[in-house]
Amino acid sequence: MTAISVRDLNVWFGSGAARSDAVLDVSFDVAEGEIFGLVGESGSGKSTILRAISGLVPTWSGTMTVAGETLGKRRSQSFYSKVQMVFQDPYASLHPRHTVDRLLSETMRLHGIRDVDDRIVQLLGDVGLGAGFRFRYPHQLSGGQRQRVAIARALASNPAILLLDEPTSALDVSVQAEILNLLSDLQRAHRLTYIMVSHDLGVVGHLCSRIAVMKDGRIVEVLGVSEMRQLQAQDPYTRKLLASSVHSIR
Amino acid sequence: MTDQGPLLDVENLWVRFRSRAGMFEAVRGVSFTLGRERLGIVGESGSGKSMTGRALLRLIRPPGFVEADRMSLHGEDILQASETRMRQLRGGRISMIMQDPKFSLNPVMTVGQQMVEALRAHEKVTKAQARTRAIEMLDEVAIREPERVYDLYPHEVSGGMGQRIMIAMMLLPNPEILIADEPTSALDVSVQLQVLDIMDKLVRDRGMGLIFISHDLNLVAKFCDRIVIMYAGRIVETCKASELRQAKHPYTLGLLNSVPDLEHPRERLDVLARDPAWREAPSVSARQ
Repeated sequence: MTAISVRDLNVWFGSGAARSDAVLDVSFDVAEGEIFGLVGESGSGKSTILRAISGLVPTWSGTMTVAGETLGKRRSQSFYSKVQMVFQDPYASLHPRHTVDRLLSETMRLHGIRDVDDRIVQLLGDVGLGAGFRFRYPHQLSGGQRQRVAIARALASNPAILLLDEPTSALDVSVQAEILNLLSDLQRAHRLTYIMVSHDLGVVGHLCSRIAVMKDGRIVEVLGVSEMRQLQAQDPYTRKLLASSVHSIR
Repeated sequence: MTDQGPLLDVENLWVRFRSRAGMFEAVRGVSFTLGRERLGIVGESGSGKSMTGRALLRLIRPPGFVEADRMSLHGEDILQASETRMRQLRGGRISMIMQDPKFSLNPVMTVGQQMVEALRAHEKVTKAQARTRAIEMLDEVAIREPERVYDLYPHEVSGGMGQRIMIAMMLLPNPEILIADEPTSALDVSVQLQVLDIMDKLVRDRGMGLIFISHDLNLVAKFCDRIVIMYAGRIVETCKASELRQAKHPYTLGLLNSVPDLEHPRERLDVLARDPAWREAPSVSARQ
C-alpha cells in the first residue's frame, strides 16, 4: 500500500518578480511502514516538501495523496490525526509556559480524545520518559527530553505517518543516538511511516530504506540504502555529497 | 619572542557561576598546554568545552568568574592582566571564531569595513594598506571576486562564505593562537570540509596554535594533532588524534560508537550509560 504519493509537486513563495520556486516537479511514493529520507543542502527544498504535505504552505500545485486522501487547499480533521510532524529544534517547538501535561492534553482535546489522563501516562512511557515528567515545564528538561516530548505530542493522535524535519540536528551525538533508537522502536511498534529530512547522510542511512537527494528544488536521484552505503550513486552531485560526508567521518 | 615553551600554559582552571541555587561549576580544574599544534577539545553540551575557550580570552562575565593556578601566554600572566592589555591580546594574539557567522558578523557594516576595523584596532596601518591586506586575506580564504565581497553586507553572503570571512578577519592581525568554537556546526556538510580545510591550511602555514572546540569527535580527530575529551567540566582522557581508536575511557568510546556510520550500519546505536564516577574522577592533565 502506498502511504504517501506525491506527483509533480511545485511550491513557490511570493508572486510576480519576487516569486521564488522552492520545489520543482517533485514526484515520489512512500510505501506504508517505510522510512523515506530527503537529503540536500540548506535551501534545496527538502523541508518545504514536508511543510507542503502538512499544510503549512498554501502555495503549491500538483497532486498529493496521503493516507488515501487526496489533498486540496483544505484538509479534513482526520488528516491531521493521521499525519503529524516533529520539528528540528525542541527548544523552539514547545510552548515555554505550558507544562508537558497541558501540551499533550491540549493536543488530545483538539483531536477529540477522551481518556486524556491514561493516555498521557502511556505516551510518556512510550517515549521513554515516565510519568514523573508530566508536570514539568520545557525549561526543566534537557534537549533530548524535549525532543521526546515533541515526539509524544506527535504520537498523541495515533497517527500513521510522521514527518520528521531534522529531528536530531539540534542534539548532541550521544542524545541523537537515543532519539534515533526511539524513532526506530516506535516505527516498529506502531507500524508508522516516516518521511525524514536531514542533512546528515549518516543519520539518514541509519534509519531510512530509500533516500531522495535534492538540489535546487529538484530530486536529482532516489537511491536505496544499500546502494548508498556502497557509495554507488549515478548523479555527480550525490557522489559529491556522499564523498564529503564519508570523508568528514574519517 | 622565544619559541621555547608552550604558547599557552593553563593549570587548574576553574570557571564558576554564582547562582541562587549555590555555586555552579562549569569547568573544574582543567590543565593543558598548547604549543604550535592543533588541539581539539571535545565533549557534549554542558561539558565545559566552550567555557574553557572563553576563559582563555577572559570573556566570562559576572556572575561567572575564572580562577586558575596558572594561565599564561608566552609566560605572560593573562589571569592578572589589565583590561587594556586583554583588549590588545584579544584578536591581536589570540583570536576566536564562533559557531554562527550570522551572529558574529556585524549586520550593519560591510564585510570590508569590519575587517579593516579589526585590523586597525591592533596595528598602525593606513586605510589603504588595510584595504589591500583585507582583500588579499579574502582571496586567501578562497573567496572569488574579493573586491566585490569586500563591499557586501553580511546578509548578502552565504553561511559558508560568512564563516570564511570570519576566518579571514580573525587571521588578519596575525594572531598566534586561534580558538575555533564549533566553527562549522551551523554549515552544510558539503561546505564544512571546505571551510575546515582552509582554516587548517592557514593555521599550518603560519605555524599557529589552534584550539578546535567541537562535539564531533570524528571531525576533531581528522583535523587535530592532540585531543582532549571533557566531561562535566573535567578532562577524562587525552590522547594523540592518531591513537583515538585505542582510547580507553568508556565516555570516549560511547561518543565514538553513538555516531551512525554510513558504511558500517548497525541495528541499534549505542547509547551512553553515564557512570557517576566519571564526574568525580580527577581531571587528567593535558600538559606536555
